[in-house]
Amino acid sequence: MFDRVLIANRGEIAVRIARTCQELGIHTIGVYSEADEDAPHTRAVDEAHHIGPASATESYLDIDAVLEVAEQTDAEAIHPGYGLLSENPEFAEEVEAQGFNFVGPRSEVMRLMSDKSRARDFAEEAGVPVVPGSDGPVEDVEEAKAFADEHGYPMLVKAAAGGGGIGMRKAHDPEELEKAFAACQRRAQSAFGDDTLYLERYIENPRHIEIQILADTHGKTLHLFERECSVQRRHQKVIEETPSTIMDKFGGLREEMGQAAVDLADAAEYTNAGTVEFVVGPEGNFHFIEMNTRLQVEHTVTEMITGVDLVEQQLRVAEGEPLEARQDDIKMNGHSIQCRIYAEDPDRNFLPSPGTITAYEEPGGEGIRVDSGVEGDYEVPRDYDPLLAKLMTHGETRDATIEHMVGALEDYTIEGITTNHDMHLDVLQTDDFQNGDLHTSWLEERY
Amino acid sequence: MATDVEANITGKIWHIKVDEGDEVEEGDELIIFSSMKMEIPLEAEVSGTVSEILVEEGDRDNNVEGEPVDEGDVVMRIEE
Repeated sequence: MFDRVLIANRGEIAVRIARTCQELGIHTIGVYSEADEDAPHTRAVDEAHHIGPASATESYLDIDAVLEVAEQTDAEAIHPGYGLLSENPEFAEEVEAQGFNFVGPRSEVMRLMSDKSRARDFAEEAGVPVVPGSDGPVEDVEEAKAFADEHGYPMLVKAAAGGGGIGMRKAHDPEELEKAFAACQRRAQSAFGDDTLYLERYIENPRHIEIQILADTHGKTLHLFERECSVQRRHQKVIEETPSTIMDKFGGLREEMGQAAVDLADAAEYTNAGTVEFVVGPEGNFHFIEMNTRLQVEHTVTEMITGVDLVEQQLRVAEGEPLEARQDDIKMNGHSIQCRIYAEDPDRNFLPSPGTITAYEEPGGEGIRVDSGVEGDYEVPRDYDPLLAKLMTHGETRDATIEHMVGALEDYTIEGITTNHDMHLDVLQTDDFQNGDLHTSWLEERY
Repeated sequence: MATDVEANITGKIWHIKVDEGDEVEEGDELIIFSSMKMEIPLEAEVSGTVSEILVEEGDRDNNVEGEPVDEGDVVMRIEE
């Protein structure tokens, strides 16, 4: 195992990575900006180094500054966490070039997956379902109908020159498609002077389901089941859980999606931890959206039900160790939910609410885990992501896990700033959430 | 009469969209704040002439934010 690891991140994830490193006897090196001099993550490491002013561009995102610390401290590996530099192929390339170990996939794979349209083409070639689209102009309504017959309704008719929903129509059957096609052509001609149309399968009330994968450098790839992340605002996840209730409705879907994720990773010769994100339609149809080439914020719920420490596995893989487990060894034990505690105001359109936390007390006990980067008498900087902490519960059943979460939230004190704490309590007690009846616009429709 | 324009969020000044002397209408965007990686616009609540700008923006070309402000700080004055 590595002796010295640099953690190129801040907040709760830096604290969380440091914890596993310390359990493995690794000496941890941290970095901090001027705004984070007294932050919990700065104290969670064995040694911390100042890398610049508050502005992330001049500190946590400054590749040279991070690498200079790595050089000076004899770090062997760099863990990028999530966000910040974690999905920056140039950073990974520099890390590799300077002879450090990057705790993540090769920069080449990161580059492929960071280009959304290349990634989609790549997935399609690897046999992973993507959202069916005409991939080019549809000449006339007959061609449109033939495409819809092949790929199913509802269809979205889109103007090639369009944007922001202009010249876009939904069609649920051939009759609607005929009307939509004519209307879109007219609209596109008048708005853009170009009546070229495309077709795309419309996924109604989609769920966001992702598959956690883990691949070593010896050709073995495993999946660690799904996470349901449909409770979102502004395309940002708020509550995640595993398993997903949709798997009860469609037998075999979990295995199919797991295999699709593994196939994609294998085709890309992916290494380390990664997440393949899908939208899932009401008929259990699933379609690739993107691959996140890093540890996810919500990796925690997977850890809670599988007992696998993903950060530990990341470090082992980065060092070249083969994965010990076989696919059959990875088991699901119960249910886990994560609530993201954000410094934001749900009553003001989720506007950020930085400020000073005056009183702070975390819940604890069996089946409760808190990953946090804050404490009492702490000023939450205005410069970074609003994520303060993540609260996870684990239970035998989904109902028990929800109930456990409600109790844990009630025991969670954060005073001095506005957070989404109360919104979680509200959401968890809705019928829709309790029935597992979720889709990606659900939260925003409610708030 | 000069009206104080107050920051609607705690954050940093990202972009000042008007100059002193500019005529503005109610609803025009005056300043874009950045707070916790989000951009938040501040709109004029009155129409008039920008008589005074009390804050400085950052260096957007280099992705560097300007000076910090707290919610309620006076950032600008408009002569109605």
